[in-house]
Amino acid sequence: MADELYFQTIASLAERLGAKGLSSVELTKAVIARTQAVESQICAFNSFDVDDALAQAATSDARREAGEVLGPLDGIPVGLKDVIAVENQPLTASSKMLADFVSPYDATVTQNLKKAGAVLWGRLNLDEFAMGSSTENSATKKTTNPWDRTCVPGGSSGGSAAAVSAGQAIASLGSDTGGSIRQPAAFCGVVGMKPTYGLVSRYGLIAFASSLDQIGPFAHTVEDAAIMLQSIAGHDVKDSTSYRADIPDYRAELSQRKGPWKLGIPKEYFGEGLDPEVNAAVEKAIAYYREQGCEIKEVSMPHTKYCLDAYYVIATAEASSNLSRYDGIRYGHRSKDAKDVEDLYFKSRGEGFGEEVKRRIMLGTYVLSSGYYDAYYLRAQKVRTLIRQDFLKAYEEVDALITPTSPTPAFKLGAKADPLALYLCDIYTIGANLAGLPGISLPCGFASSGLPIGLQLIGQPFEEANLLSIAHSYEQAHEWRNAHPQI
Amino acid sequence: MANHNDIDIDRVAQLARVELTAEEKAKFSRQLGDVLHHITQLEQVDVTGVEPSAHAYPMVNVWADDVAQKGLSAEDALRNAPAKRDNMIAVPKVVE
Repeated sequence: MADELYFQTIASLAERLGAKGLSSVELTKAVIARTQAVESQICAFNSFDVDDALAQAATSDARREAGEVLGPLDGIPVGLKDVIAVENQPLTASSKMLADFVSPYDATVTQNLKKAGAVLWGRLNLDEFAMGSSTENSATKKTTNPWDRTCVPGGSSGGSAAAVSAGQAIASLGSDTGGSIRQPAAFCGVVGMKPTYGLVSRYGLIAFASSLDQIGPFAHTVEDAAIMLQSIAGHDVKDSTSYRADIPDYRAELSQRKGPWKLGIPKEYFGEGLDPEVNAAVEKAIAYYREQGCEIKEVSMPHTKYCLDAYYVIATAEASSNLSRYDGIRYGHRSKDAKDVEDLYFKSRGEGFGEEVKRRIMLGTYVLSSGYYDAYYLRAQKVRTLIRQDFLKAYEEVDALITPTSPTPAFKLGAKADPLALYLCDIYTIGANLAGLPGISLPCGFASSGLPIGLQLIGQPFEEANLLSIAHSYEQAHEWRNAHPQI
Repeated sequence: MANHNDIDIDRVAQLARVELTAEEKAKFSRQLGDVLHHITQLEQVDVTGVEPSAHAYPMVNVWADDVAQKGLSAEDALRNAPAKRDNMIAVPKVVE
């Protein structure tokens, strides 16, 4: 592994901090310096606050000096996707609508990270309101892929993935509605995890599609992802969809659970449109598990081909409702040219929202409108039931599913101008959101172009410990985690 | 399911309370037509007797204990208001 501090794992840095061979201020300064050195090329951050980060680091050091350590995240610089509220810091969703918004409170995950002693470092770029798969829909800037700056980092959590990949944060949080953590993790060569719906509180997350949104970590390793998940998982009374589950010690479980597991290969995920190099890398990963004594079983998920359509009906319907709050009255952009209140709504929304957001609000409004509700929205919800049943049926036979994360490695900036072409990037990740399942993407090789390839594992509900262990087994037997981009 | 060509862009924009330019209307009509055409695939699925899922999980309501807590101060609540006066949000005249 490269020696640079900013490429180290949480696990190794926590050890060095604990041995007093390193201070959080030194570490945070290294991450800040790295950020400033590469940010003009990567463009991962919407905002950061150097003084605030250094003050948090100094507090962590003082705490440690006094003999109190809050856990492995104490003193570690962690970035947040710019849809997660941090008190007294900007919160923009990469939208003109919220360009000047300052959050009056913390999200629950923000509170959790603060309680774990993490140094909150910066708000990371995304597709506006998390709508997109390339971060090109940001109204702020275009983030690049650290492995090839002419390529996209993926999306919507492109800034969160690129920042970790480029050494601008040791770990980060993103949100995943249809693949927005896993796909950019695959594109940027890092680990990204979407937990089971309900495991992590959504309180203080700017809502896109409430029945699909879930916050999760980006990190260099599965173990680091487990450490991050540990700090954010758990019941929250402020989120009405928060689940009461016993939270295991995810990190400890990694060394406890050794398999062999029963793993399913859904044949529908290996069809037309899958890049041959991605296919070959995933096949090699499957061969690894087979060699480890895992039972590999082909499974069929017959409703897979309807995931994308069901998703775009449900997600846009929920978005059109969630985004109705941006009316130019209480907060957010207000048009200066309005004649009256009605006109104020139309103009503020027309001016404040970017093109993709408007397109999705329009689609969502249409599928919910009188005369179309049953044909589109209600039908999509029924298809969602069938999609979930496909997964649950597969899980009668297997512990987890193995698939590619994305059909292709990262594509060029500007390559997918047509919305439908871009929507098709998410075909392998959407199912886990519709069914509420945990999914993880981890590096499994490189294409001949030098771009990383991601392996996706989809697990059973609330079986994150198992999912992380399966991922950890593959990761530790390979060297992909030690590769870092040259910037 | 409706013919994908018959999306009435003006009506939908009116329902969504969003002002669109003429270019946006033309572009969205075409693009949303394509997307809706793709979505007609859902018609192929036999959903007879299938219950709709509003959530991935069959969830029951979550109740919070009724404990009084401090809310945002007026200053914090108004911090992001585009226009304010006397601790209130100012809006254009609503009643003539």
